Amino acid sequence: MDINWHDLFIVGNPLILGSQIAILLSVIGIVALLTYLKRWKWLWREWLTTVDHKKIGIMYILAGVLMFFRGGVDGLMMKAQTSRPEMNFLDAQHYNEVFTTHGVIMILFAAMPLLIGIMNYVIPLQIGARDVAFPQLNALSFWLFFSGAMLFNISFVIGGSPDAGWAAYFPLAGKEFTPGIGNNYYAVAIQIAGIGTLISGINFIVTILKMRAKGMTLMKMPMFTWTSFIASVIIVSAFPIFTVALALMTLDRIFGTHFFTLSGGGMDMMWVNLFWLWGHPEVYIVVLPAFGMFSEVIATFSRKMLFGYKSMVFSVVGIALLSMLVWVHHFFTMGAGPAVNSVFSITTMMIAIPTGVKMFNWLFTMRKGRIEFSTAMLWALAFIPCFLIGGITGVMLAMSAADYQYHNTLFLVAHFHYTLIPGVVFAVFAGLYYWWPKMFGHMLNEKLGKIHFWLFTIGFNVTFMPMFFLGLDGAVRRSYTYSAESGFAPLFLVSAIGAVILALGFATFCYNIYWSARYADRNISNDPWNARTLEWATASPAPFYNFAKVPEVKTLDAFWYMKKHNEGLTLSDDEIKEIHMPSNSGLPFYMGIIFGITGFLLVFEWKLAALVAAVGIIIGLIIRSFDYNDGFHVTVDEIKETEKSWRSSDGKGVKNHVG
Amino acid sequence: MSANVNTALPLEYQTEQNRLNILGFWVFLGAEIILFGTLFAVYSVLNARFAGGPTPKDLFEIKDVMIETILLLTSSFTCGLAIYEMRRNNKNGLLLWLIITLLLGAGFVFMEVNEFIHYVHEGATMQTSAWLSSFFTLLGTHGLHVSMGIGWATMVIIQIFQRGLTPVTARKTFIIGLYWHFLDVVWIFIFTFVYLQGMVR
Amino acid sequence: MEKHKNGFPVTHVLGFIMSLVLTFGALGVALKTSLPFTTIIWIIGSLAIIQAALQLYMFMHMNEGEDGTANTINVISGFLVAVVAVAGSIWVMSFGM
Ligand code: HEM
Ligand SMILES: [Cu+2]
Repeated sequence: MDINWHDLFIVGNPLILGSQIAILLSVIGIVALLTYLKRWKWLWREWLTTVDHKKIGIMYILAGVLMFFRGGVDGLMMKAQTSRPEMNFLDAQHYNEVFTTHGVIMILFAAMPLLIGIMNYVIPLQIGARDVAFPQLNALSFWLFFSGAMLFNISFVIGGSPDAGWAAYFPLAGKEFTPGIGNNYYAVAIQIAGIGTLISGINFIVTILKMRAKGMTLMKMPMFTWTSFIASVIIVSAFPIFTVALALMTLDRIFGTHFFTLSGGGMDMMWVNLFWLWGHPEVYIVVLPAFGMFSEVIATFSRKMLFGYKSMVFSVVGIALLSMLVWVHHFFTMGAGPAVNSVFSITTMMIAIPTGVKMFNWLFTMRKGRIEFSTAMLWALAFIPCFLIGGITGVMLAMSAADYQYHNTLFLVAHFHYTLIPGVVFAVFAGLYYWWPKMFGHMLNEKLGKIHFWLFTIGFNVTFMPMFFLGLDGAVRRSYTYSAESGFAPLFLVSAIGAVILALGFATFCYNIYWSARYADRNISNDPWNARTLEWATASPAPFYNFAKVPEVKTLDAFWYMKKHNEGLTLSDDEIKEIHMPSNSGLPFYMGIIFGITGFLLVFEWKLAALVAAVGIIIGLIIRSFDYNDGFHVTVDEIKETEKSWRSSDGKGVKNHVG
Repeated sequence: MSANVNTALPLEYQTEQNRLNILGFWVFLGAEIILFGTLFAVYSVLNARFAGGPTPKDLFEIKDVMIETILLLTSSFTCGLAIYEMRRNNKNGLLLWLIITLLLGAGFVFMEVNEFIHYVHEGATMQTSAWLSSFFTLLGTHGLHVSMGIGWATMVIIQIFQRGLTPVTARKTFIIGLYWHFLDVVWIFIFTFVYLQGMVR
Repeated sequence: MEKHKNGFPVTHVLGFIMSLVLTFGALGVALKTSLPFTTIIWIIGSLAIIQAALQLYMFMHMNEGEDGTANTINVISGFLVAVVAVAGSIWVMSFGM
């Protein structure tokens, strides 16, 4: 075991030194604050050991927002570096690290947890369930994700960041060309988080298949539940591929095998092939739940039923099927023959069809609706034209012959940001503004929300629109600088200014969270938007048992129906029964830590130590096997108490919420 | 969650939570199919990349492979019998067949480890060539699954001794049974597409 | 799905015998015939799939219970994804030659 201590701390870079100090100070600050407020017990009892899907969802969202901040800082650093020709803000190596961590963090540690977090909070409520099918596994998912994310994030202060791009193409990502340990972080940290995601996928599939309220057939499920279900199916189909790919990368880098190496008969393009076998489905994993959120928001604020529900479901299923059949469009320039490239060109273009169906459904939902321009709805409205630009440039890229021109230019970067930012980030914002009252019992400020919206959307377009033209002019991606003679300077500058506006938008959002937490009105109804689905039928924030009595579903938009027919809104005392709930457990948290330690040792190639730590994982599994705790019962009195605090006595059931 | 017990069903299906777990495990097996599918994809692509090292014809011994195959096949059968006895509420029959299953499984792992050691002595290691990297990884992943299965089933057996046959222990046994059969299914493909294919080529 | 009361585990024994037959059949086709390589692969590949299906039905009772259909769809779709990964990789990594 050759311990390379000199690799441990990165020294000599003022930016990184600054972060190291900042991290140290914030850790000390948090510890001190918790101790001062005597909140350690509370933290352990209420959060670290929780198995409540709502709290887990909130932790996911919190982590996602933090990671979005980190990824955003990376983005801003890149924009600063390229704002002028021949800038000297970041050197080439540092730029490589920054775009790599930016890509990985944005997709895997920001987009994914934000979506899974909202899914966690909302889905059980939407289908009228008390929790997910496997609450403790749900906590495990979270802690594995969190442990992977933290492991990845410490790379830039301990040992060095990965620097071979978010897709980590071989041979560059192999030991021969990237001998440091940076890329080990990529292989190991993503693996840990990926296992968590896979478990989430299984959990949601079973939850949605088996735990729906009485009467809610598959075709009466809310659209967000549907798209999340299909996204979970894609997770279960695609993540095992990534698990294998990352494991082989680990073997190549740490154990000297020859899967993707140039020597020993390895095949570097096989990595690319496996990466995109997962990678393309992954973009649908993130975009489908987002589509579902837009569907909910658009239906609610148009005061109409979603148009073409069935065609929506079929197009989601169609997208899922096609999503597994298009991966080669990411490497048309590999030089495969015309047969391969044509087939994958065609399958790729075919995806535009179901996506188009969905676009029209949203437009027709709004047609003749009484549209209310809430912040959530604004995001949905802005999504449609922005995503359209992303989609159309996508079809341009799908033409394999033309792709030889666009490939690896900023045109591509602009394209996927035009799909990911409207398709995922706008959706997350829409979802957060929409469900915030359900999660926290108060709204986000609408006025700040609108400032946030305008800054962010304008900033987004100003940042990325110029990149299309830069790319067409030949500006390559992942290049840390360009010459003054290239003539790129003006557009790059515009783009950098856009990024600042966009960042201001995000800052407004953060301020909004703070402002609303302090000053927003706590006296809101359980249904502040006059919404349509079951999550609004219970208190805001939802009690830990979700529903005192699970409503019976008769139609689509079940809660809307209940309100219109004044059915099931009241709760009489004799309808209240004891509720069985799962107990908290510290085991998932322990597993997250032990996985993190094992991963860390593996990153540094201390194999023996990693093996010893892995014994801790086995011990955790054994403890779990012998754990026969099967929860506790909530007494009728406690439920009565809780329900009384928010329900009105006149039977309307939608009285204002107190405390 | 809710108790919702249906005693008309076999023990392992009686509670709602049991039904959830069993479905969840099937979904997990779906993911495992894809995991092994990917390993097979890698194996198929790197199949003929020997880099001057040994080839399947140099290494594979049909006799040993057949013994491994029969051991695992038989263990799958005895595992089926164990579940059969469980449904007859025959705890001792269940335990007997389960232990036989694990012994057969241990025999398989023993054979496989020996096979690997033998290959390494002949200079065929994971680092020798792309083909051997993928060979050891595919077979190793399967072997690791079998070993984990043995450990896991041992835990379950201890719990049956402690608690007898309850809906929970029955569910655990049923699920480990599914896992075990599944590993046999994977082996069928390894037998066919790794060993037979390698010897015919 | 039923609670067996007594009797002989017919399907299990039958499944076991058929598995053995299929295994040795594949062995015979592979090593004792002189068919072209691709023919052999197709034959033994089909035998493997039959045997896998056999295990899934006769030993694992894939289609039993209230979630039998879900299980079956799940396994088949998992298998299809695996086929896409294998066949797709082989084809793409041959560069379409
Ligand atoms: C916050 C605003 C954002 C800014 C300013 C930004 C900016 C950039 C820039 C400048 C690049 C690299 C261009 C180059 O190749 O040199 C990039 C790459 C990338 N971005 Fe973003 N981005 C933002 C948000 C996002 C989001 C939300 C996602 C995903 C959900 C995302 C995913 C990616 C990916 C995957 C890459 C490719 C990384 C690589 O080349 O390996 N970005 N971004
Ligand atoms: Cu793609």
